[in-house]
Parts: sequence; structure tokens; C-alpha cells
Amino acid sequence: MGAVVGTLTMQTKQRRPSRDRTDEEVEMATVCYRPEGLDQLEAQTNFSKQELQILYRGFKNECPSGVVNEETFKHIYAQFFPHGDASMYAHYLFNAFDTTNNGSIKFKDFVMGLSTLLRGTLREKLEWTFHLYDINKDGYINREEMTEIVRAIYDMMGKYTYPALKGDVPQQHVDAFFQKMDKNKDGVLTLEEFIIACQEDEIMMRSMQLFENVM
Amino acid sequence: MAAGVATWLPFARAAAVGWLPLAKKTMPKPPVDKSSKSDEILYVNVSGVRFQTWKNTLDRYPETLLGSSEKEFFYNEETQEFFFDRDPEMFRHILNFYRTGKLHYPRNECIQAFDEELAFYGIVPEIIGDCCMEEYRDRKKENQERLAEDTEANEAMDAPLPPHSTSRERLWRAFENPHTSTMALVFYYVTGFFIAVSVIANVVETVPCRPPKGSVKDLPCGEKYQLAFFCMDTACVLIFTFEYLMRLFAAPSRCKFMRSVMSVIDVVAIMPYYIGLVMPENEDVSGAFVTLRVFRVFRIFKFSRHSQGLRILGYTLKSCASELGFLLFSLTMAIIIFATVMFYAEKGTKGSTFTSIPASFWYTIVTMTTLGYGDMVPNTIAGKIFGSICSLSGVLVIALPVPVIVSNFSRIYHQNQRADKMRAQQKVRMARIRMAKKGTVNAFLQYKEDRDRHSDNTTLCVKNRSAFEHQHNHLLHCLEKTTNHEFTNEINYSELCMTESVGYRTSRSTSLSSQQGAQNNSTGCCPRRARRRAAMRLANSTVSVSRGSIQELDTLHIKSTSIPPQTRSSLNAQMCDLKLNCGEPDFSAAIISIPTPPANSPDESLPPSPAPVPGILRNTRATAYTHDNVKISSL
Repeated sequence: MGAVVGTLTMQTKQRRPSRDRTDEEVEMATVCYRPEGLDQLEAQTNFSKQELQILYRGFKNECPSGVVNEETFKHIYAQFFPHGDASMYAHYLFNAFDTTNNGSIKFKDFVMGLSTLLRGTLREKLEWTFHLYDINKDGYINREEMTEIVRAIYDMMGKYTYPALKGDVPQQHVDAFFQKMDKNKDGVLTLEEFIIACQEDEIMMRSMQLFENVM
Repeated sequence: MAAGVATWLPFARAAAVGWLPLAKKTMPKPPVDKSSKSDEILYVNVSGVRFQTWKNTLDRYPETLLGSSEKEFFYNEETQEFFFDRDPEMFRHILNFYRTGKLHYPRNECIQAFDEELAFYGIVPEIIGDCCMEEYRDRKKENQERLAEDTEANEAMDAPLPPHSTSRERLWRAFENPHTSTMALVFYYVTGFFIAVSVIANVVETVPCRPPKGSVKDLPCGEKYQLAFFCMDTACVLIFTFEYLMRLFAAPSRCKFMRSVMSVIDVVAIMPYYIGLVMPENEDVSGAFVTLRVFRVFRIFKFSRHSQGLRILGYTLKSCASELGFLLFSLTMAIIIFATVMFYAEKGTKGSTFTSIPASFWYTIVTMTTLGYGDMVPNTIAGKIFGSICSLSGVLVIALPVPVIVSNFSRIYHQNQRADKMRAQQKVRMARIRMAKKGTVNAFLQYKEDRDRHSDNTTLCVKNRSAFEHQHNHLLHCLEKTTNHEFTNEINYSELCMTESVGYRTSRSTSLSSQQGAQNNSTGCCPRRARRRAAMRLANSTVSVSRGSIQELDTLHIKSTSIPPQTRSSLNAQMCDLKLNCGEPDFSAAIISIPTPPANSPDESLPPSPAPVPGILRNTRATAYTHDNVKISSL
């Protein structure tokens, strides 16, 4: 009867919209970004030409279009932390790398960030970290921003930890942090306060030194 | 994505700088990257075709032949290249897998050749990308079915009987494969002949014969030659009964045989005769007796033993049952609607044949299928209008959708199969990903355990760990230090919750030396360590639970106890997880995600007493060596 034919055609109709959507996505993805020349990048970063070559080969292999968008970034980062939920921290990290704030990381952003983190001076590294914690990029870190970051980090640990995450551990962590860092007790951290406090922190300095040769 | 994950690891580690201000403790020392910084091009010669690729490309998958040290066996010193005496066309696809992280199945290649190549190079077929997976699975299933059919046919044809088979087995074989012996063949044809005779007799019985002398009415032949027909019927039934009893005797599984369709048909074919014998010959029950005779026609279904085509038809109908059911349902809906309408339209007419709605069903069916017997016709104008609508829609209902439905049968049927397959594949994939995740989690916990145990002994099992695994474990360790919490797994966590509620902890900091774990010739001889945990009454349950869970995991993991070449073939038989060539039992996560077997890097940042380290709650291996390293000091 007509109903039979009707239901059959309805089934076929449902399948078509999804195909249209993927067509659009395919079109969008074919736009390509190319980085600047190798010489220029070498001048701007602390990497040698060979290191840049290796980095770019890996980057291009992963993202043939030349950019990483936030979804892909979150997905990649989540693979390193299967225990918990790395999406929030990946979001903040993405914003820290995306210096141009256009929602995608190009190779230049990627390599500049890496250069700062791996080969930069202590001050540059601390500035980068400050930049990461400062979510709204207003030059100050307040308690709420810090709490967000710390919560995101604890989320990466997942549920099964020892000792178990009871109470508001992130909040306590933030309180302890502000206690240590906020010298004038005004509730916000400026860049200078942050750098001075970190330089006084021996544990942190020692750890920083360990991260010298990560590449 | 797996290929690129290794690329992003330096980035993730660099980003760990962001944790430093928050960390309450010093970070652990990173592993030293001994590998050379510069990448080199490797030459791979496959039967004369020379391929070149970066070393890093091949190193992405350390569990395969090309990614591990196994390729050293194929290195040719004179020509400075790796030589493989295999198919170069297939090698192209294998190499593309390393480059892009996706394995594709070339449609024009033989599935068996492809499988063999994959097995040789140590690649598990499960990682074939979604684009080619369906095709691969279909071809593989087809191939397997064909092989099964061939072997079955071969066996049936000329395989000699097993030497000491009982007469029962031989009898069963004779029944199932009549071509094996002459006797069986004779019996086969005799039964066939008698089935035909019985069916023809049933038919001829009802034909009217010339009446005997002295009577006017035509008699059906059955009554005229009653004795003759009765004798023929008896003979046939005797043969059928004999055959059925023989089959029942010879069947290897009697219950299964009795439930099979063929035997049910046999029983239905012969029961009426016996019931007729038993029942008394009086008028009241003769009506029922006559009905029973109808069942004799089921003897014709006994031909399906003799005809392959009939069996296939029955199977096809069975498999399309849902579609046919839907068709019937929609037809029923139409019939009910029109019958109701016609009944109410014709209700008022005197002498109308539409006496009730069920009576109108007959009209509707006859009209919709355009038969039009004319025994029921509408008289009112409304009735005629609706009657014509009924017959027009009948054309649409019956004539149009039947070809559409027939073609939709095959389309919907195949689509459903594909959807089911994809759902099943999806489930399998999700399960695999979950397993891989678990593997990663457990791998890291294993690494921690090793680190504790081998804090002074650095040379164990380091050689086969890739730099990637070292670094990834170091990264996770940094996160632990930042948050001052440690990773555990589900079981230990739930147990902890229980013990915390009990509120009793001991502090005992003993740590056995790592000598016991040092002998690692094979997984089998890793020693059992007695687990000592005072006042932890749940110790035994934890052990058994974690052992059980790990054994579960292990059904999917491979325990490598020997050199990689031997485990490669077993690789393909199992899921993705894989052990490295190390005597110590490891977890190594799947190719899909990050390989993180436990590393054994020296770790000086593990303080002996102040930090609360859950020494008890380590993951254990299925070989059930449990940990003696009990360090708990929480108070």
C-alpha cells in the first residue's frame, strides 16, 4: 500500500542529508596553509634547520591541511591521558598556543610555542606559563581562572586516583598556590609577582632545569 | 591518528611546563633520549623494487617487523639495504600504512595473499581502516565459506571412513551422504520412489472412477478400490516408518535430530495412518479422520531431502520472513479498512451479500487482487464508488509494490546486514578501544611498579622500550607529581574506598630488593610474591579480583615468551595488544593508541617514606606475581 512505499522512501531520504553534510566538510578541509620559509622560522625560533624539518614532517603528516583546529587538538591530547578527561586543559592549552586567536594552530604557532617552552630563557618560559593561566588574557590571574586551570588538570587524572579525590582538592590547591604566589595579597597575580614568586620557589626551579632537553 | 600521536608527544611534554608552578613536588627526571637526533633514510628492497623511507616512519609501530629489531635479520651488509623476498605490490600498501597510519585493502588482490603478507610483516588485520574494512571482512568470510564448502564436499566425496567407526556411525553417514555406498544409494532411490507413489496414490484416490455394476453415482477411485489403496498406503507408511526409525537410531544426537525440520515432516507424514488405525470406525470421528488425511500431502515435503533447490528456497523464505511479514501486515490493514467501508456502505441494501465485515474481507481480497469472481457485488452507489476505489488501489497495492518490494527486499536485507555488521564492528571497536585504554592505564601502573621494584637495577628490559614509551610514562609521572595524587585502576580504587571507610591503615615500609624480579627469562617463571598486608583483610579478594581482571585482559593480550617471529603469527589471531620481546611480563597498548609498556627508568624522585605511596595496590599480572612492596604511611 501507499504506506509501505512511503516508509521505504522515508528511509532513503534520511540517509541523504548526512551525505550532504560530509560533502561540505570535505570542501572546507581542502584549504591549505603553508608556513613561512625555513630560514625565517629558523631565525625566529631556537631550533636548527634539521629540527624544524623533523617537526614539520610530523606536523604535516598529521594535519595535511597545515592547521590544527581545536577538536583535533583535544583529540590528540586526550590520547596521552586516557585515564581522565583532558578536554578542558587541552582547550586552555590550545588558546595559549593560538597566539593569533583565530581558532586554529598553524605550524608557525606550534613551533614558536615549542621553541619558548623547550629552548627559551627562564623568563620566557614563565611568561608563557602566565599566559596559559591567564584565561581571559587581561594581564592578571585571579582565583577563578586559577581554579579553572587546576580543575582541568585534576580532571586529567580521572576518577581512580590514590588518595581518592575527596573534598574540594582543586580549591585547596589553588588556595595554597595563591598563598605562595600572591605577595601583596590583593587576590590577583600580575606577571611580575608571578615571575618573582616562581624564581623564589626552589622546587620549581629544579624542575625547570629538568625540562631542558625534552626534544 | 596513531602515527601522529608520537609526533605530538614532544609537544605534550613541553606543555607540561604549564604544570610546574602548581606542582608541590619536584618533577621526576626525564628519560635520556639516546636515539640520534637526525633522521636517516632507510632503503628497503622488496624483490628488486627499491623503497626508501625515513627511519622514524618505520619506528612508529614498534610491534611490527619493520618497526622492531626484527628487520635486522633481513639487512644486507653489501648493499646496505633491507632485502625482503616478498611481493612488491603488496609491500606498497604495507609501507603506506606506516606513512599514513591507515591500512587499506587493495580490492584486486587475493584475500589470502593479503592476509599472509600482513602476517609476515606483523600487522594485525583489525587495524584496516573503515573505508576498506567492510570489503575485507566480506571477502574473508566468502573465502572461508568457500573453503569450508570445498572441504565438506571433499570429505563427502571420497574421504574414507574412520577406521574404527561403529555400525551406527556408518549408518548415519549412509543416510546423510547416499553417494558413499551402493546400498545407501539404492535406499535413497527407493524412498524417493515410494514418496512419489504415495503422493500419486493420494491424488488418484479422489478421481471419480466408473461406478461398479448396479450403482448410478460416480465413485472416487479410493472407495472403489479401497483395499488396493489401503495396501499401497500401508506399504509406503511401513517404508517411511522404517526409514525414520533407522535415522533416529543412527543419529549422533537424538534430541537434535528429533527437533530438526526434516524429522518433523517425517513424523507428520506417517502419523495420520497410525492414528487412523487406532481410531474406531464410527461416523462421529470419521470427519476428523478425513481431516487427518490432508496431512498425508506433507509427504511431498519429504522430497526436500532429495532436492537441494527446495531446501534453498525454504531457507530463503525463512530469512526473508520479516519482510514478508511486514508485507502481509500492510495488506491486512488495507483489507480491514476497505472491508469495513464496504460493509457500512452496503449495510442498508436488502439481500446484500455483505452480511458482516469478515464476509466483506472476501470481497476486498478478490477485488484488490483483481480476481473479481463476482459472487459479491456492491449495489449501492456508495458501495460501487468504494468498490472501484478498492480495485484501483488494489492495482497499486498489489501490482506496484511487489516488484518494488522484491527489489527492496534485497536492498533492505543487505542494508540491514550491513547495519548489523557495522553495529557489531562498532561494538568490537569500542571494546577494543576500551581495552587499549585499559591497557594504557595498566601499562602506566605497571611502569610505576617496575620503577619501585627496580629502583637500583636499571638494565632490565630497557633495550626494547622505545624512547616514546619512556617519555610518555615520564609525562604521566609529572602529572602525578603536579597534583600530588597517583593513578590507580578501578579495582584498587573501589577497594580503597572500602578500606577508607573502615579507617584503618598500616604503615609498613618494606621493599624487597628487585632481585627476585630480576630473572626474566620467560614470563612463566616470574616468581610469585606473597602479598603481605597486615590488617588489610581484603587482600585476598583484591588479589583474586585483580588477577581475574587481568586474566580477562590477557585473553586479548599476548604473552610473549619467545622471540618475536614466533609470536607474530599469533599476533594476527588475537587483538591488537602485544608484548615486547622481554622476559618480564609487560602490557603494551594497542597500535591504535599509544604503546606504553612499563618502562624501567631509574627514578630518584621516589622518596622512601614521606609520600604516601600505595605499594600494595599495584597491578598484577595474570601469572600472578603479586607485589611485596608495601609502603603505606598516611598518618
